[in-house]
Amino acid sequence: MYNFTFHRPTTVRQAAGLLARNPEAKLLAGGHSLLPVMKLRLANPSALIDLSLVEGLSGVEQKGRSIVIGAMTRHADAANSPVLQQVLPGLASVPASIGDPQVRNRGTIGGSIANNDPNADYPAACLGLGATIITNKRRIAADDFFTGMFSTALEEGEIIAKVSFPIAKKAAYEKFKHPASGFALVGVFVSKRGADIRVAVTGAGASGVFRVKSFEEALKKRFAAKSLEGMTIPASGMNSDIHASAEYRAHLVGVLARRALVKATA
Amino acid sequence: MSATGIGAAVRRKEDLRFITGKGKYTDDVVRPGETRAVFVRSPHAHAKINSIDVSAARKMPGVVDVLTGKDLATDKIGNLICGWMIHSKDGTPMKMAPHPALAADKVCHVGDAVAVVIAETQAQARDAAEKVKVDYQVMPAVVDPGKAKSGPQIHDVAPKNTIYEWSLGDAKAVDAAFALAKHVTKLDIVNNRLVPNAIEPRVALAEYDAGTDQLTLWNTTQNPHVSRLVIAAFVGMAPEHKLRVIAPDVGGGFGSKIFIYPEEVVCLWAARKVGRPVKWTADRSESFVTDAHGRDHVTHAELALDASGKMLAMRVKTIANLGAYMSTFSSSVPTYLYATLLSGQYDIPQIYCEVDAVYTNTVPVDAYRGAGRPEATFVVERLVEVAARQMDIDPADLRKRNFIKSFPHQTPVIMAYDAGDYNASLKKALELADVKGFNKRKRDAARDGKLRGLGYSTYIEACGIAPSQAVGSLGCGVGLWESAEVRVNPTGSVEVLTGTHAHGQGHETTFAQLVSERLGIPFENVSIVHGDTDKVQFGMGTYGSRSGAVGMSAIVKALDKIEAKAKKVAAHMLEAAEGDIEFKDGKFTVAGTDKSAAWGDVSLNAYIAHKFAGQELEPGLKETSFYDPTNFTFPAGCHICEVEVDRDTGKTEIVNWTAVDDFGTVINPMIVEGQVHGGIAQGIGQALLEGAVYDKDGQLVTGSLMDYCMPHAHDLPSFQVGLTETKSPSNPLGIKGCGEAGAIAAPAAVINAITDAIGNEELGMPATAQTVWAALKRGQPRQAA
Repeated sequence: MYNFTFHRPTTVRQAAGLLARNPEAKLLAGGHSLLPVMKLRLANPSALIDLSLVEGLSGVEQKGRSIVIGAMTRHADAANSPVLQQVLPGLASVPASIGDPQVRNRGTIGGSIANNDPNADYPAACLGLGATIITNKRRIAADDFFTGMFSTALEEGEIIAKVSFPIAKKAAYEKFKHPASGFALVGVFVSKRGADIRVAVTGAGASGVFRVKSFEEALKKRFAAKSLEGMTIPASGMNSDIHASAEYRAHLVGVLARRALVKATA
Repeated sequence: MSATGIGAAVRRKEDLRFITGKGKYTDDVVRPGETRAVFVRSPHAHAKINSIDVSAARKMPGVVDVLTGKDLATDKIGNLICGWMIHSKDGTPMKMAPHPALAADKVCHVGDAVAVVIAETQAQARDAAEKVKVDYQVMPAVVDPGKAKSGPQIHDVAPKNTIYEWSLGDAKAVDAAFALAKHVTKLDIVNNRLVPNAIEPRVALAEYDAGTDQLTLWNTTQNPHVSRLVIAAFVGMAPEHKLRVIAPDVGGGFGSKIFIYPEEVVCLWAARKVGRPVKWTADRSESFVTDAHGRDHVTHAELALDASGKMLAMRVKTIANLGAYMSTFSSSVPTYLYATLLSGQYDIPQIYCEVDAVYTNTVPVDAYRGAGRPEATFVVERLVEVAARQMDIDPADLRKRNFIKSFPHQTPVIMAYDAGDYNASLKKALELADVKGFNKRKRDAARDGKLRGLGYSTYIEACGIAPSQAVGSLGCGVGLWESAEVRVNPTGSVEVLTGTHAHGQGHETTFAQLVSERLGIPFENVSIVHGDTDKVQFGMGTYGSRSGAVGMSAIVKALDKIEAKAKKVAAHMLEAAEGDIEFKDGKFTVAGTDKSAAWGDVSLNAYIAHKFAGQELEPGLKETSFYDPTNFTFPAGCHICEVEVDRDTGKTEIVNWTAVDDFGTVINPMIVEGQVHGGIAQGIGQALLEGAVYDKDGQLVTGSLMDYCMPHAHDLPSFQVGLTETKSPSNPLGIKGCGEAGAIAAPAAVINAITDAIGNEELGMPATAQTVWAALKRGQPRQAA
């Protein structure tokens, strides 16, 4: 690790000010993606702005027909939140599936979606539920937020404050874990909220999380695994690496979508 | 059996220290004035070094010195060596290329060290290392053993990158037997390359005392004396008596810490040069590209059988990848530790094996848990299983028909098995695994959409390495006896100094159990000392499941001498004839009388020597021994793996595992079971999860634990473990050794189970979900009989 300046603001405004004054700085949430690359000397931020002392960024609460999760909410706290487990268990299962206990006790939802790792789990949940990402400047629909591998609609100086998830009646996440890293080799989030049907896929796409419109169409007739019987998606846009070929990933999207539907409709 | 003697499941003495963080590992040793070393390593797999500019690095804060391969050559520090000579079929010796501790002219694999920075702190050394400018001329690389012979030549001494072309057995007799065969099973097999990943990375700390001209090396080694011998006699660092090697607590080795590595050589050299202690601690990324890897064979194998399933002959051709340089014992692994075990548990009249060892631009390959024997077992047990399926014979039955049933048995590949009962372990395993109920379980699983399969591995290994004459005749540069010293203190407590080394095996417990049993003294009154060349007489270290069979035998031999001497002391004390003294349960008695002396009284009298004159009996009670076994030992057993494969994803779940092993005498069944568990875990790792992948340019793609999958607890089932026992006739305790069995047996059992489930024999390791899914998709029917 190279030397860096460590800042610990207590308000979002202070954090934004520090970010404006230090263009080479990085926000530190859980640090589980950032710190390893710093330790490997692959990232060299001039400063870290630690968000852990900022008031009001943590917690899970129900607000009307939405669940709102603070950006600094640790995966373990989200996974174990009684309200989340009760009203949107499909979403609670997402942080529960991330990494190992050490990762879940440090990693945060804000960090996960700001990083937008193509194999991360939360982006699938955001897109799969039609969440709204609320920053210090504006509200961004999940459909507009994830713009490609490790890239988001966040602008310079923009800090995620919370994420609002509409409570879907039916929702579930099915994940095929990478055996070494625990990331999603492929993960599929499905949901139905009135006429809004969503199938979002992480881990598979060459440009990060995406929705499967053909599956969503098929599910409009009936929101059930049977509606996707025999359906698959083309391998062309899929990621391919030593762990899984594009063809295998495309195949898993179909398998996992059907399994997620079984869970969501159980 | 006493509560702490042989056969008792005593809790490990060392665990309290380890699990409470009180272990003292090499990195925990801190010397006054210590500096830190960071190596500059090649990012290229194959390149010529045009120049190295260290001037900027030297000016960095905290830098003490920056040294390169040229400096090493100037100081006439010798190369690292491979200590086992193998001759090719044509009689020519193996082509051992120079392996300098720092590359001066060219680099041969990613991670090859070219310079070292010595600085006040680790961070300063690392900062400065980034300022070392190396001008490389990148050359094409070869990584695939199958392509090595036609690849770019890596070393001048080895045309076609060929180290040796070796053979064992009678080719003509094998050809003749194949000509008569009714059935021939043929398989192409890749034994995947593994990265050892001991939990403690390698560390070296060197210190030079200018006053006494003495060098001391603290090092993560499995064999401190061998390390000292090689560094003194071959590398020429210092005379043997001026070099002390200390291996404190070591956190796992699995073979990877047997070898003498560049880093310890460089630390010793640098410590003398800079006049301050120099420490190097590998980080995990460094471990991936510098610790010797394991396996990496490409094999074609054929088994000939008659119409009744009797095995007639076996023919095996293997290309073994030894990586960029020949590591310390690399040459022996794919030859005498591999081809000599190709007979398995079977009476096979003729076997012929050819092994070509090649250089590639990859990390050197050497012994890794099992070393050659997992590769042999995989070949044999896959052949047998596939032959049974092709001939429509029950796989257990085919094995039974061919088991060796009388001992001693001379195989056609050197080894003479001395004892075993292969039917007994198979029978017990069949019962424990409830093989009779398998078909029902398979039907039940099918209802849930799962494919269930059953796979056997009736493995054998040669352990307790080994008789010095035997290994010497096979090319080994050292003898593989073991030494022990038993020091009885005046108060009767005992210190045992052993030439073996523990890095997780629990020697402090098992060796104390032996002494407790033999001398009838409390287990707590025995301490075990190892890992310091200044304390312990020359010993050969720990690998090849040898510490029990060879190391404890040496202790037995020393204890025999202790008993004989103690009886003399007791005879003087009790005023009786030496021949009338009996020793039992820690008490000396005069036969036929009620006169007796307790152990502690005898030990005290040995030292105060008031009852005898020094002329008739030397004072003291301390004996040493060097024990050389009469044969290898031959642990064997039967592992049965039962899997369920998810046909939609290809994911394999191991649902049952049964292991029945014959390790001869068992000292501590709990520790043995732990060794079996760990071995199976590593074998399952190889079969399902682990595999080092290089890209065509020689970059290790699986260079971190994010990409290289070590087995986790959740990948493993609960193991059902049983034992059978035939004692080894080759050592006084009847021990065979248990450290490697699981890793040797497991891969074949797993792959046999999965191929049974999916009905396709073409399945590589690691059998990841994708690999199994692809094999299912190919749906290739079994090769016709």
